[in-house]
Amino acid sequence: MAAANHSVAIALALLFLMPFAFVFLTALMSRQQALSTRYWPHPFVWSNFLHVSDIIPILHDGWNSTVYAALSSLGVVVSSVPVAYALARMRWRGRNIVFLLVLATLMLPDQVTSVPLYVIFVRFHWIGTLKPLIVPNFLGDAFSIFLLRQFFMTIPEELADAARVDGAGEFRILTRVIIPLAKPAIAAVALFQFLFAWNDFFYPLLYAGNNPKTVTLAVGLSQLLGNVNVHYGVLWNVLMAGSVLFMAPVLVIFFFAQRVFIEGVTLTGIKG
Amino acid sequence: MLAEAGASDGPSRGRPVASRRASRRRRQLRHYGVVALFLSPWIIGLLVFTLYPTFASLYFSFTHYDLLSAPQWVGFSNYRFMLTDPNFWQSLRNTLWMVVFATPLQVAFAIGCAVVLTRVKRGVGIYRTIFFVPTMVPAVAATLGFVFILNPSGPIDRVLSLLRVPQPLWFQQPAWSKPGLLLLGLWGVGTTMIIFLAALLDVPKELYEAADIEGAGPWQRFRNVTLPMISPVIFFSLVIGVIYGFQYFTEGYIASGGDPSTLGSPQGSLLFYSIWLYQQGFQYFHMGYASAMAWVLFIIIMATTLVLVRSSRRWVHYQGGFL
Repeated sequence: MAAANHSVAIALALLFLMPFAFVFLTALMSRQQALSTRYWPHPFVWSNFLHVSDIIPILHDGWNSTVYAALSSLGVVVSSVPVAYALARMRWRGRNIVFLLVLATLMLPDQVTSVPLYVIFVRFHWIGTLKPLIVPNFLGDAFSIFLLRQFFMTIPEELADAARVDGAGEFRILTRVIIPLAKPAIAAVALFQFLFAWNDFFYPLLYAGNNPKTVTLAVGLSQLLGNVNVHYGVLWNVLMAGSVLFMAPVLVIFFFAQRVFIEGVTLTGIKG
Repeated sequence: MLAEAGASDGPSRGRPVASRRASRRRRQLRHYGVVALFLSPWIIGLLVFTLYPTFASLYFSFTHYDLLSAPQWVGFSNYRFMLTDPNFWQSLRNTLWMVVFATPLQVAFAIGCAVVLTRVKRGVGIYRTIFFVPTMVPAVAATLGFVFILNPSGPIDRVLSLLRVPQPLWFQQPAWSKPGLLLLGLWGVGTTMIIFLAALLDVPKELYEAADIEGAGPWQRFRNVTLPMISPVIFFSLVIGVIYGFQYFTEGYIASGGDPSTLGSPQGSLLFYSIWLYQQGFQYFHMGYASAMAWVLFIIIMATTLVLVRSSRRWVHYQGGFL
């Protein structure tokens, strides 16, 4: 029984790893090798990674993705932590209604707001900048508020009450009592937002995709695919090299912060 | 109810009742001031970037609007046009295919992977990492990778030819393009799997022991103990999966060539609802029609969620409460 389980696990692991293997190996092949029946690159063509930047400005696009990911994570944390605190550990009338409102906005498909948001961003003269992607995140994010609120609820109420008896104000309780205890949840929220922004294709395509100055890596990579298809014929090696460059930072972050991710996912799924 | 009510009454004891009441009011006002301050960024965001756009798009959906001139009221004409727009129906059918086949299969596969992880004796951490890591790959990169490995002369079809199994053309063949995306979805099942893994580990051991005493086999244990115990999580993932499924966009966009000129190919089989909405709104600037499509999508999602919630009363077993 145990042996059977183990072989199923090994088979599944191989299936999950196989796409990585094909993508990484192809990224190191010459054009002809990538089209041949070869599985192992010979010789290794490291210059494919440089070749990507002949077709799309990958460093420039990567910088835009980094700015979007870093600043939006900062914004989400700064704006969502106080809201979550007010929902979890302060007592006031209407609290549950506001919490339900937060959950309701999670249900709203992005498509509904996408057209009027475009009109707003045109009015603000934000099209052609990264502002449409960054600024709204400084005004609270429903998913992060939800996740943080769930975590704050697990912090014993007595801790905040004791600080209140000692005469601490709410701001002080938040910064001195709650935030130090909630570091894992805050890290999870920041990482989720960083990843979301790095991977995001929909919003950058809609609000920043038309201007070469504001193209992010996700949109740039889609243009790489489009360009290669239209102008170069099949260039699997370069396309896979682009893919690898795009996913590499995320994989590196994951291997260093795996625990944060897995605990964060569990928190959103279970405590709901 | 209020935190302040009994918290720091000490210093004010002994003062006249009226002034004590006044100071309590002041404290209460300050308390609500702090609440408002903490909520203020979210309230502004809700008004400017959520509520206003929601109602604006409802209004736009009854207009012709091309961004250049003011919106022109046209009544229900956008909604009527949908009924006769073949691309609308095709995009709806393609999207329903993903919701009906891909979402439940993903949930089932996630449960399967999680069950395997609970049974493995050694190296659980390594397997968990391997099963989870594909979720980390950005959708654009993952889809690009699958477009390569599923291309007709690519590695998967080469393996299939070695096994003497028919090799589909995947993303170049209308009948196989959506199944190709389904495989991509199964590959990225990690997040859902982690949630199920936590749920499986939460099932009380005594329940399994009780089942053993009554002589239940492995399948009966799974069917009568595990499934009911994890049914709230199944419900949660189905709802989330359906909500995201109806908004399916990025993978379809990339798998059909990543270029606005080829969107939906092959032969419209990857024209998903959100892709057609995007083309209408942001390529042809039919903002009114795109808004109407967005509202229809919203209503479809709400209705489906409601049906799921209704049905959940019959098959979801809550131990405590939901919230």
